[in-house]
Amino acid sequence: MTISLPAEMQKTIFSQMESAYPHEGGGFLLGELRRGEIIIRNIAQVENVFEKEEQHHRYAMAPQDWMRLEDAADDQGLALVGYYHSHPDSPARPSEYDRIHALPNFIYLITSVLAAQAVDIRAWKLKNDRSAFTAETLRVTG
Amino acid sequence: MASIRIPTPLRAYTQGQASIEAPGGTVGEALANLVEQHPDLRLHLFNDDELRSFVNIFIDDEDIRFLQGLDTEIAADDSLRIIPSIAGGQNAPPLHERLADLNKQEVKRYSRHVIMPEVGMEGQRRLKASSVLLIGTGGLGSPLALYLAAAGIGRIGLVDYDVVDLTNLQRQVIHGISTVGQSKLDSAAARMLDLNPDIEIVKYRQPLASENALAIFAESWDIIIDGTDNFPTRYLVNDACVKLGLPNVYGSIFRFEGQLSVFHAEAGPCYRCMFPQPPPPGLVPSCAEGGVLGILPGTIGTMQATEAIKLLLGIGEPMIGRMLLYDALEMSFQTIKVRKDPHCPVCGIDQADIELIDYEQFCGMPAHDHSEFSAVDEAAELDIQTVTVHDLRQALENDDDVVVIDVRDPHEWDISAIEGALRIPKPQIQLAKNGIQAGRKLWEETVLKDIPKDKKLYLHCRSGKRSADSIAFLSEVGYDLDRMYNVEGGILAWADEIDPNMPKY
Repeated sequence: MTISLPAEMQKTIFSQMESAYPHEGGGFLLGELRRGEIIIRNIAQVENVFEKEEQHHRYAMAPQDWMRLEDAADDQGLALVGYYHSHPDSPARPSEYDRIHALPNFIYLITSVLAAQAVDIRAWKLKNDRSAFTAETLRVTG
Repeated sequence: MASIRIPTPLRAYTQGQASIEAPGGTVGEALANLVEQHPDLRLHLFNDDELRSFVNIFIDDEDIRFLQGLDTEIAADDSLRIIPSIAGGQNAPPLHERLADLNKQEVKRYSRHVIMPEVGMEGQRRLKASSVLLIGTGGLGSPLALYLAAAGIGRIGLVDYDVVDLTNLQRQVIHGISTVGQSKLDSAAARMLDLNPDIEIVKYRQPLASENALAIFAESWDIIIDGTDNFPTRYLVNDACVKLGLPNVYGSIFRFEGQLSVFHAEAGPCYRCMFPQPPPPGLVPSCAEGGVLGILPGTIGTMQATEAIKLLLGIGEPMIGRMLLYDALEMSFQTIKVRKDPHCPVCGIDQADIELIDYEQFCGMPAHDHSEFSAVDEAAELDIQTVTVHDLRQALENDDDVVVIDVRDPHEWDISAIEGALRIPKPQIQLAKNGIQAGRKLWEETVLKDIPKDKKLYLHCRSGKRSADSIAFLSEVGYDLDRMYNVEGGILAWADEIDPNMPKY
């Protein structure tokens, strides 16, 4: 499955994740599903609610944010298609922690931030049997 | 009937429906009905019978955790909503980036590690390039030294000055009758090298003290593990580790209870954040005075070894910032949070300013020590007929009455398989046998119904062990031993002798 991300949103994600450094940052992806392609239409940064001292390697969002954004997506005729977060000083690969907490049919965009510089972004999806993530094609569109 | 709103990603399992009507008097009953209607949801909502930690159920704006959980009563017009809490994070990176080379023999020795992706060749090479220092070769030290040696930690340091005594053998399983009276260092080192001659052992024949701790710890160790379990040494090890920035895998035992944590001041709290001061002398008796269940240090020591391996490989969730409390009598495991104290007298100050003190005086007690472990089962001996892979090929070619049964696990079938074999994993055969013997199941209700009783059965696995076990199970539920054959060497032998194109693993 291909995920299309407009270039300006990719830039916004990078700058958000760089400002969150050395903590993890994140937010939701709103978009639409078209013929096996997911097109990201909007991104919404959400506060990291994990305990402060754990934020260098943990990110969590409040359930209320999910409710609010799922309703907003419905209103806009979009869907919550995924979520993005950063891995400070670590590769843009899902961790075991990510897998345990992951949903299927949901795009995980992970940004690697090395020494306050966002250097890589990759898209992942949980397999239906929850056993692992598969790498998805991320297309940054002009 | 209450309605349940499904989150967008899970609508793939409800044929796109956003809301499902589900009867039930409580949240739990409504959810049970929901997963009955849409069984594919179960895996993502439940882990066994418990809601997954990231699944929240709301009634209007209220989280059921703050009501009565799954027992919360609901009315017919209530609307429930499933809200995933989104969380992400990363594992700590491995403690170091050094990799050592493994020879062919070592790859074989560690194959059960290497085939797990979490370890792999890289992880095993990393373990070989790792150095772990153990303080004490007593109760905790015995399982630590044995398992770390077996796991292939390339360089293991031992600090001890004691000799083996008969009273040690109730728990200090690295020693034995043959080494009573010998130095514990030599006794432990000999056993470790017998288990794994490829490792290097560094011996420090002295008590650990403020005078020598920094010099010993500075000799290129990746992890320090305190196996002495006394207060003075515990504070000394903590303070020296914080000063040098080393992770300290902590374990403690008393009577029937144990504790486990990882103190690494660079990533979380240290021991002093939790216990700034030792208990008053005399309040907590030592194990020599209070006694200890001999197995307890085995339980805690093996968990300390597990934490060390996780830290070195950078896998899983290390016990940093958490402490496990184990009660052997209750057989309960409880994990509590340990917070970093910004005003900690040790990890709250500059590392250069940390000074080691006289810890025996600080604790008002001497630093002396104490601790156990066991396992392993053997299958019953039966008169099982074995055949070679050539016999099997001949039988397949010439005999119509032959059924080949592959008892390996499904993921192994993907790697290589003998064409036409009936595939039933050994655990399923065992499960069926247990069910039949206990009277819970009839033969025809189990996987065994596919295994004919009137044919010649050739069982194989990877190398021949699981297939032998499977034959033993089958014979217990009425299959004729005279008509079952264990294929010696399993699929590995088939690959070696019959089909050279078949991949081996």
